[in-house]
Parts: sequence; C-alpha cells; structure tokens
Amino acid sequence: MEVLTGLMHGFGVALQPLNLLWCFVGVVLGTVIGIMPGLGPPATIAMLLPLTFLMNPASAMIMLAGIYYGAKYGGSTTSILLNVPGESASVATCIDGYQMAKKGRAGAALGIAAIASFVAGTVGVVGLMLIAPPLARMSLAFSSPEYFALMALGLAMVVLLAGRSMVKALLATLVGLWLAGIGTDLFSQTSRFTFGQMELLSGIDFVVVAIGVFAVGEVLANMEQRQETPMIEVPKGLRNLLPTLQDLKDSRFAFVNGSVIGFLIGVLPGAGSTIASFISYGVEKAVSRHPEKFGHGAVEGVAAPEGANNSETGGALVPMLTLGIPGSGTTAVLLAALVLWGFKPGPLFISENPAMFWGLVASMYIGNVMLLILNLPLVPLFAQVLRAPVYVLYPLILGISVVGVFSTSGSLFDVWLLAGCGLLGYLMRKLDFPSAPLILGLVLGGAMERALRQSLMMSDGHLSILVSRPVSAVMLSLALLILLVPLFNKFNTWRLKALDS
Amino acid sequence: MKARSADFWSGLALGGLGAYIIVVASRWEYLGPDGPGPGFFPLWYGIVMAVLSLMLMVSSVTSKDGSMIDWSGARSAFLTWGAFTLMVATLKLAGFVIGFGALTFFIVLVMYRKPLKVAAFTAIGLAAGFYVVFPLALGVQLP
Repeated sequence: MEVLTGLMHGFGVALQPLNLLWCFVGVVLGTVIGIMPGLGPPATIAMLLPLTFLMNPASAMIMLAGIYYGAKYGGSTTSILLNVPGESASVATCIDGYQMAKKGRAGAALGIAAIASFVAGTVGVVGLMLIAPPLARMSLAFSSPEYFALMALGLAMVVLLAGRSMVKALLATLVGLWLAGIGTDLFSQTSRFTFGQMELLSGIDFVVVAIGVFAVGEVLANMEQRQETPMIEVPKGLRNLLPTLQDLKDSRFAFVNGSVIGFLIGVLPGAGSTIASFISYGVEKAVSRHPEKFGHGAVEGVAAPEGANNSETGGALVPMLTLGIPGSGTTAVLLAALVLWGFKPGPLFISENPAMFWGLVASMYIGNVMLLILNLPLVPLFAQVLRAPVYVLYPLILGISVVGVFSTSGSLFDVWLLAGCGLLGYLMRKLDFPSAPLILGLVLGGAMERALRQSLMMSDGHLSILVSRPVSAVMLSLALLILLVPLFNKFNTWRLKALDS
Repeated sequence: MKARSADFWSGLALGGLGAYIIVVASRWEYLGPDGPGPGFFPLWYGIVMAVLSLMLMVSSVTSKDGSMIDWSGARSAFLTWGAFTLMVATLKLAGFVIGFGALTFFIVLVMYRKPLKVAAFTAIGLAAGFYVVFPLALGVQLP
C-alpha cells in the first residue's frame, strides 16, 4: 500500500510538464552519448552537474538519471552497427549483435536490444521501488561503526572488481581518500594538505576531479586514436526494426535472465553493468539448447546482455539512495550531485524526500517508455550521431568542462586543478589504474573518516568497537576476506578470467 | 616502455606520496582527549599507501610480464593537454572566448590535420556558440 501511495505521489511529480521535458532531454542525451564511443555517462553527468545548480533538484535528478539509463539503450547501437561498444556495458552485445547485422539482421538486433532494454529496465525500477524502502528502514538501526564497516565493504567490493591489479585499485582508492582529506578538518579546524593555498582550505570540489578524470581524461585518451570505423547501414522503416515473433519467443528466457541478474549484480557495489551483461550472456549460453549459435548471431545473445545492463541501473540506485554507498563511477557522481543540492542520501533519504525518491522512480518508468518509443523508429536518426565530426566534439567537451568547473566556484584555481586532474585521468588509463575506485574514495572519504572518528569517540579510542558489534564485525570480516582471498592463486585466476572475458 | 617498468615508476611516485602523507600526518594530533585527532586517518592510509606502493615496485621487479605500454599515440594526448593548459594560463589575459577559439583551432588544424578554412570556421563557430549559450542565454559567467 505504501509503495502504491508513494508511486502515485511520484507520478504526480514526474508527470509535471517541466519534469517530463527534463526526462525527455535526459534520455535523448543519454542515448546520444551511449551511441558515441569514448564518451560515457559519468563524464557527461559530471560535465552537466554544475549547470543543474540552476534547476529544481527533482528535475535535475530526473534528467541526470535519464542520461544514466538512456546511455545503456544507446550503447547497443554502436555495438551492433560498428562492432565498437558505445560504452563498456555494451561490450557483450557486440558478440552476437554485430554478427546479426553482418547477416542483414541489423534491424532485428536493434529492435530486440530496445525491447530487452525496456523489459529489463522496467523490472529494475520495480526492484528499486520494492527493495529500497524496506532496506532504508532496516539500515536506520545503523550507527557510526556500522557505517564505517559498510563503506569499507563497499570500497573492498569496488577494488575487487575494478581492474586486473588489486594493488593498483587499492592505491587509486587511497589517492581518492587523500584528495577527500585535503582542506580544513571540521573536528579540529586543522588545515590538512593545503600546501599553503587558501583555495584548498575548503577542500577540493568533487566536480573538478570527476570532470577532470572522466571528461578531460577521456578526451586526451581519445586524441590517441583518430581513425574512423566502417558502419553497417541501418535498415529504414519501423517494420524492419521489429524482431519476428520467433525472435521474441527465442528471447523470452533472456528477458527474465537479464532482468534478474542485472538487478542483483547492480545492488552489489563495484560489479557494474559490464559484469552483469557478461554473466547474463554466459548464463543464457549455458542454458541454451543451441549454445553453438552463440557468437554467430543468436538473438538471445543480444537480449540477455542488453537486458542485464539496463536492469542493473535500478539495482545500482538501491545502495546509493538508501545507504549513501555508490557502487560505480556514475552512481558516485549522482550521489555527489544529491549532496551538492543539499540532500543526504542514506536511510532517511526516502522518508525525508518522498517527492524526490518517488518522482525519480516514476520518471524511470516514463523514461523507459520514452526510450522504447524513441529507439525503435529513430535508431537510423540516432545512428547519424556517429557521423558527427569528432574534431568538433572533443573541443566542445573541453569547453563545457571549463565552463562547468568555473561556474561552480568562480575560481580559476579550480580550472587549473581541472587540467591537473585531466592529466591524472589520462595517465591512470595508460598505466592501467582504474578510475572508479579513486572517485569512490573521494566521495566516501569524508564520511568514512567521520564515521571512524565518531566510532572511536563512542568507545574512548578503542578500535574494538568496530568488531564487537555484530553487523559491523560481519561487514568488516567480509571486506577483509574480499581483499585477502585474491592472495590465493585459484581465486585470483578466476577473478582475472572473469575480468578478461 | 614495458608495463612492469611503468609500474615501478608509478609505485615510486605513489610511495613518495605515501611517505609525504605519513610525515605530514605524524605532526598532527593522533589521539586526543576527545578521540582521534586530524592525524589519525591520514597516518593510516599513508602507511597503507606506502606499503602497497612498495609491493607494486617489488612485483614490477620480480615480474616476468613482457607486455608493453603503447605510448605511440601519447604525443597527441600530451600536445592536446599542453594546448589546454596554455588556454587555462591565458584565460585571465585573453578571456575564454579567444582562448577556447584558439584551442579549437589548434585541435582541428594540428591534431586532426583539417584544412585551415575548416579549422577557422569550427573555432569561430564553437567560440561564438559558447558565448551565445552561456553568458547570453543562460546567464552563466565565462572565465
């Protein structure tokens, strides 16, 4: 009953003309950036974040979330037509999607990708709506030690799945924690790591680091390759984009598989949509009566990963909104957006901001319908984005990054920091240091230190408080286990194989 | 450059950062009457950072991994970054519109080797577009 009341309230918010417009803008923008290889949702959301300060927070959140799940729809287009994933979550779609396109079934592949995305995306929102409120109520019992343990567990999960080298992922997290520690310590008013710079007394703005590492770093990385890839023509006409009844029948289990696996993986911090789509693809192939068709244009091989990467979005928002723990770079930017607008994501978020939460949930239902309607007939139009000259796109991204950072603080110092963070982001890519742990360390660093210090104040300085409370003891043990298990060769080999796939 | 030697140098740089954090954090209060001081948390992550950096360096020395990092395209990335930094440095003097126009001109002409006319047209078009959209339409101040 509570869910239904909340949802009605949410539709009241989401159906306001202005919010509908922002939802539309978000999903269209998301689709476009999903189509463009080399520009991902975290970079786009980080770049646009400063501009949302002029907007109503609910509208802004609806738009940014639209970019997040819209990009998952768009990502499949390049995977199918170019064999180049528009974003990492669509890598698995290349395997069978491109093969279908080569056999003249590009329209059916694009159609089934859109339908799977719609079905699983909607299931993901249902999961978010049903699981988030009880989880938030449960976590109300958490105190500082449990919060510290939860953040440690979240970071450990991200480190486990972030890259080939756990040492590098851990080091990236620690650099994030250090960046979060720069500025005035609010407990003692001590200025830390400010190098005598007045501008650093209030700390480093998250927006600067996120835009630098994701957007500027991505542009620099893309400047390395300037070749164009041949594209398979998109069939004209809606009829050519509709899969056959047999395609839909063959994909029925893939819809369920993608929806369930995507959502469950999404809830886990660190796993993300790329892993969700590969697991879903693997399961689909394992249970298929015709596994030999996979890799040669099996329609289920498109439906399962596309469903999973869309359902994952709903799952990823559960820990972010109810516990304040983001599981990926994109949700970290969304979390920072909520904090910058004055909200406090966590157990009280839903009860204190019902309009924001339920409005977001309702807008995701509407956004998924918009995406299905847009994606089926307009795929040929969206595909034209791939013909846009990159020599216009990259300066545009750099310009928006500078204006975005400057508009947040009005300080040229921050623009210098942006240039520094851009170089850092590029070097991290070259040297195989994952960037998501750095961003998560930066987002969670302040809260993590606060929770640890409050815990120790509660116990007169005894660290035993962290392990004497059952919930925090279990979570810290799990975090330790996650970090230690890869020391055993067998498990690490499995982990690396999973990441390689 | 071999991947393992890049790991060695990045481990060394991060080890230096870890050592710096330890030295600076040890000057701040670790544990006071009201609980942990400002040096408590940084000291611990500084120590962990130093240890992990050392592990990265040791593993890079003992590793038999012969994979290489492809730096062939890095020149373009560094050149673009240099031009971007130059734009930031001249923002106070030249303003955003001129600085950004020059950066765009450089990227299109030098990095993408497009004809002069295309570069000039793109630079003027984008710079003018920014001026129209941000200060005029949205009321957002440019640097």
